[in-house]
Amino acid sequence: MGAKMFGARVARLEDPRLLTGRGSYTDDFHLPGMLEAAFVRSPHSHAKINGIDTAAAKAHPGVVAVYTVADLPEYLRDMTVPFQVPNPAISQPFQQRLLEDREVCFAGEPIALVVADSRYNAEDAATLVEIDFDILPGASDCKSALDDNAPMCHANSSNNEGAKYTVGYGDVSDAFANAHLTHREEYWIHRGGGFAIENRAVVAEYNELQDMLTIWSATQSPFLVKQNVVDMLGWESDKVRVIAPDVGGGFGPKTIYYVEEALIPLVAKELGHPVKWVEDRRENFLATNMERDQYWDMEIAVDAGGKLLGVRGKMTHDSGAYMPWGIISPYISATTLPGPYILPAYELETRVALTNKVAVTPVRGAGRPQAVFAMERLMDRAADKLGIDRVEIRRRNLIPTEQMPYALGLIFRDGKPMTYDSGDYPKCQVEALRIADYEGFRARQETARAEDRHIGLGIANYVEGTGLGPFEGATVRIQPSGRICIYTGGGDSGQGHWTTLAQVAADKFGVGIEDIDVQKGDTGKIASGVGTFASRIAVNAGSSVHLAATEVREKALKVAAYMLEAAEEDLDIVDGRVVVKGADLSVGLAEIARAVQGMPGFSLPGGVEPGLEATHYFSPSQSCYCNGTAVVEVEVDPETGWVDILKYSMAHDSGTLINPFVVDGQVQGAVAQGVGNALLEWMIYDDNANPVSASFAEYLLPSAPETPNVDVVHIESPSPINPLGVKGAGEGGTIPAPAAIMSAIEDALSPWNVVISGAPITPSMIVEKVRAGS
Amino acid sequence: MSDRRTISVTINGEAYEREVETRLTLADFIRHEVLLTGTHVGCEHGVCGACTILLNGRTARSCLMLAVQANGQEIMTVEGIAPNDTELHPLQQAFQDNHGLQCGFCTPGMLTTLIEFLGDNPDPTEREVREAISGNLCRCTGYQGIVAAALDAAKRLKGKETAGA
Amino acid sequence: MKPPPFTYHDPRSVEDAVALLAEKDNAKLLAGGQSLMPMLNMRFVLPDDVIDINLIDGLADIRDDGDALVFGGMTRQRDIEYSDLVAQRCPLMKEAILNVGHRQTRNRGTYGGSMSHLDPSAELPSVSMAQDAVVTVQKKGGIRDIAMADFPMGYMMPSFELDEMVTSIRVPLWPEGHGYSFVEFARRHGDFAITSSAVLLDVEAGGRIKRASITVGGVGPSPLRVTAVEEGLTGEIGSVELFTEIAEKCREIDAMEDVYAPAWYRQHLASVLTRRALGKAFSRAANGTEMTLR
Repeated sequence: MGAKMFGARVARLEDPRLLTGRGSYTDDFHLPGMLEAAFVRSPHSHAKINGIDTAAAKAHPGVVAVYTVADLPEYLRDMTVPFQVPNPAISQPFQQRLLEDREVCFAGEPIALVVADSRYNAEDAATLVEIDFDILPGASDCKSALDDNAPMCHANSSNNEGAKYTVGYGDVSDAFANAHLTHREEYWIHRGGGFAIENRAVVAEYNELQDMLTIWSATQSPFLVKQNVVDMLGWESDKVRVIAPDVGGGFGPKTIYYVEEALIPLVAKELGHPVKWVEDRRENFLATNMERDQYWDMEIAVDAGGKLLGVRGKMTHDSGAYMPWGIISPYISATTLPGPYILPAYELETRVALTNKVAVTPVRGAGRPQAVFAMERLMDRAADKLGIDRVEIRRRNLIPTEQMPYALGLIFRDGKPMTYDSGDYPKCQVEALRIADYEGFRARQETARAEDRHIGLGIANYVEGTGLGPFEGATVRIQPSGRICIYTGGGDSGQGHWTTLAQVAADKFGVGIEDIDVQKGDTGKIASGVGTFASRIAVNAGSSVHLAATEVREKALKVAAYMLEAAEEDLDIVDGRVVVKGADLSVGLAEIARAVQGMPGFSLPGGVEPGLEATHYFSPSQSCYCNGTAVVEVEVDPETGWVDILKYSMAHDSGTLINPFVVDGQVQGAVAQGVGNALLEWMIYDDNANPVSASFAEYLLPSAPETPNVDVVHIESPSPINPLGVKGAGEGGTIPAPAAIMSAIEDALSPWNVVISGAPITPSMIVEKVRAGS
Repeated sequence: MSDRRTISVTINGEAYEREVETRLTLADFIRHEVLLTGTHVGCEHGVCGACTILLNGRTARSCLMLAVQANGQEIMTVEGIAPNDTELHPLQQAFQDNHGLQCGFCTPGMLTTLIEFLGDNPDPTEREVREAISGNLCRCTGYQGIVAAALDAAKRLKGKETAGA
Repeated sequence: MKPPPFTYHDPRSVEDAVALLAEKDNAKLLAGGQSLMPMLNMRFVLPDDVIDINLIDGLADIRDDGDALVFGGMTRQRDIEYSDLVAQRCPLMKEAILNVGHRQTRNRGTYGGSMSHLDPSAELPSVSMAQDAVVTVQKKGGIRDIAMADFPMGYMMPSFELDEMVTSIRVPLWPEGHGYSFVEFARRHGDFAITSSAVLLDVEAGGRIKRASITVGGVGPSPLRVTAVEEGLTGEIGSVELFTEIAEKCREIDAMEDVYAPAWYRQHLASVLTRRALGKAFSRAANGTEMTLR
């Protein structure tokens, strides 16, 4: 070997299996005697339940059991999903029951569970469950939900406010009093979902001989599933094993623990059969959490030179009917707003509204695209009003790299003061503009206009807290065969953990990544874990692999020194063998691994502990802050409203890169999601919060012809707060996309003075604005 | 009682005979009766394309066909693309080399679609590739790696043809 | 999302199929399945009987009938896409078919199925309307022809009876050298269009328009011929000014509205797309002149 693996642009180890149909996703499991489940869900956004009759469903051929609240063990009937992240700002932390028999608060809320010999028969029977509803008015729009006369999301509440808090620093009143110019505007950013192509799925099997419950779930967080199963069902922790097998995309919603993940194990144990539930796409639209709906009423204050003096305002966040993750998303929004700029004073009051929709929890970007949209729109407005270039006003306000680490004055969601650990924001902006050929743009625009074509350029910057704690651990073990195995807790839903974690370890043993296995997302393989969300695996698990592999390397050298009768400092590890430098003497890692297994009756070599392995749980002191600049060039047809993204450029700084190939893919995919948020994805609800666009024919995901290629330039500002210098890279592409795209559309349509204050924008909205401006 | 029929379907060169309910979709037949789970189901309403298979050499969404409709027909699924257990097909190799997949869930449908497309159009433009896979949704890659893989595969397949000729 | 229970039939002749249609009072024909199967999976339709007509021989030919092309009801959209006959004789259909769904759906989807589903913005019904096609339907003991003008009865509602099936579509051809253009606006490639415009122009020497056919899809409940535009073009010499002015008449069409597109926008698009299609069609006509109409 010899080629350095860390940082190399290498193809993924995961791919051959997935390319040949040998992946194993949750729905691919076929266990002997397995039954299939289907849910009866509320067809109404809000209703009182007067009665449920399951007699006809129970009598349907193939049906094994039908569960309503009354059929659950008594201790579970009123139990709600454990509240994951409490916060004193939350006044009404409503949580979902396993099944509902009194009041349903969103269309899709589960009421009954049918278990049958096939999904077909289970669905037949589900249609036979008769439910007597009194339909209640629903709270739909989150801003109107906070009005005095709004329908209540939960019938027994007196208002729909779930939480309220203010964040900020500095003297905002003073900033506005002394401003050369202020601008106030309302923004709206619409709801959108993760929409992984694989829906959620759960298989559970109880093995009576071993008294062991095994759950396979299409989750990003197998350890959170386990913890919640244990907490809710009261089972012993060592009798439950949760495995996230291959997961077909996550994007946030699969981070969350859902009631189905309690019910399926429960009924599998009770029925003595493995039970499978696979969410279908309609259920996915109704019952898998979404994000994003927010209104921002914001005001910016700048001096005559365009320097920021202050930003203040109010934000309303749509929480849906329940708050499983409390105020994580809106809190991230509030703390993301200042971004890469020197903002002397800031104040934001946030009100969280309960509405009769599926719960809001983080989706790729997690509250940040909204905040960046608000801030970047404000920057554009200030620039336009002052007659400064939109690029120039940003340049004047970016935090210079000499000021790193930069303390912002805010407290982040991890409870720590927000301190940007590293980054070169001015360079990032310069580089993005360079690859976008910003210098040549105005000439291009002029030429195009002469041909009656309307092109425009937009820019947006962002800073993103990534790599959140508490920890994600790793065990590195050299097996008696000599093969290296890494175990870690977070699941993989496409990020390529096998490849990148192997790259972190490989150089320690002088081996190629193909000599390393990575087993992830299995609570049976490592004692503790958290999950794959918040762009945290490279930072947490990567650092743990580094620490554990370093320890294993040191141990191997120590034992080898004993075996080879050489001094440790004369040893090196080459090609998986410990060699004595300059001598023809070596011992393989396999032999060392066997040696430390020991022999009955003999002491271990060198007095070491048994096993050639080590476990570390790296816990970061705080988040590390990734940042980037998106520059988008679009062509808009002012007559049809069609937006064509001609060139998408992104400078991206996620610290040291483990595998640029993988990071490119993360950025490109994240951008596509941002493009969807900006131009296509719209979850339509009626005035009572009943979902309208609940299919892929109506809710439009970006497809290949509409998705731009993304030119990515990587800036590498190593993070000083983890041993690898890495930062998270999974979400950065999404975050600035709507802001940059709207800025570009406005620029293209500047002859009509088009102003865009919301996302997404549809072709008819564009035409409407053009007509209003002509 | 339920309407059932015995059908015989050849998948990847192997004949399978099963008695099935006539309402069983072809996707469920392939996945849950024959247990070839490489074909995936993502929407069951004919939009996402994850369930795309080749029916007598032509792509079809297997969620939009009944299993009984495949009686006597030849199907190829993702499991039938590679020449053997250890080698990848040039298209599959191009996917790995161009980072054309992340979670792998849409991948089987992408591959089957591109097998047909590159047969129809061995020398495509980027735009043609994008239109060819417009009926296959991917949420991970932003399509960039997939498009690059398809263009790369076209080159490799042409090179192979020339070498073989 | 699994189909509800039903009884499956696979007749081998049109006679058997229509006999079943006559006998079963809650039956659905299964042609290409690209519309019916999603509706079955979502249980939006709950038929007692599904009559699969894929195994009937002789329903999928494209026949040259001199002044018309005759398509069997089960002609796959892909076969239209790859037909030299269609490309040469009915170029409007060739241009339109590339907008129909995606390659997987065109492989299965059929001409007759598209006509029977009759989505207001579907391409094949629009082309059929533009070309004055005649649809042949058959039931037990009878065959009849329905002129395209009489074919749509309402939103997604063709005028044939529940016991009838589409067996063929006869598409009269325009003279060689005619101008044609199919333009549509969809949110994504392959989606049902918000609005489309299909234009056929027979242009005499000197650029005088002898005959015009203008069909707008997605605006009304079914594809609509815009006679006001056709009349305004006939006998006139094609020009940018004429096309720009005449296309404005599309704004007067009664338009549908839903949460995805307001009525005014559909009318607006009809006007823009028709103007563009007129420019393209006139440029393509043997006796037309090249013009750019954005």
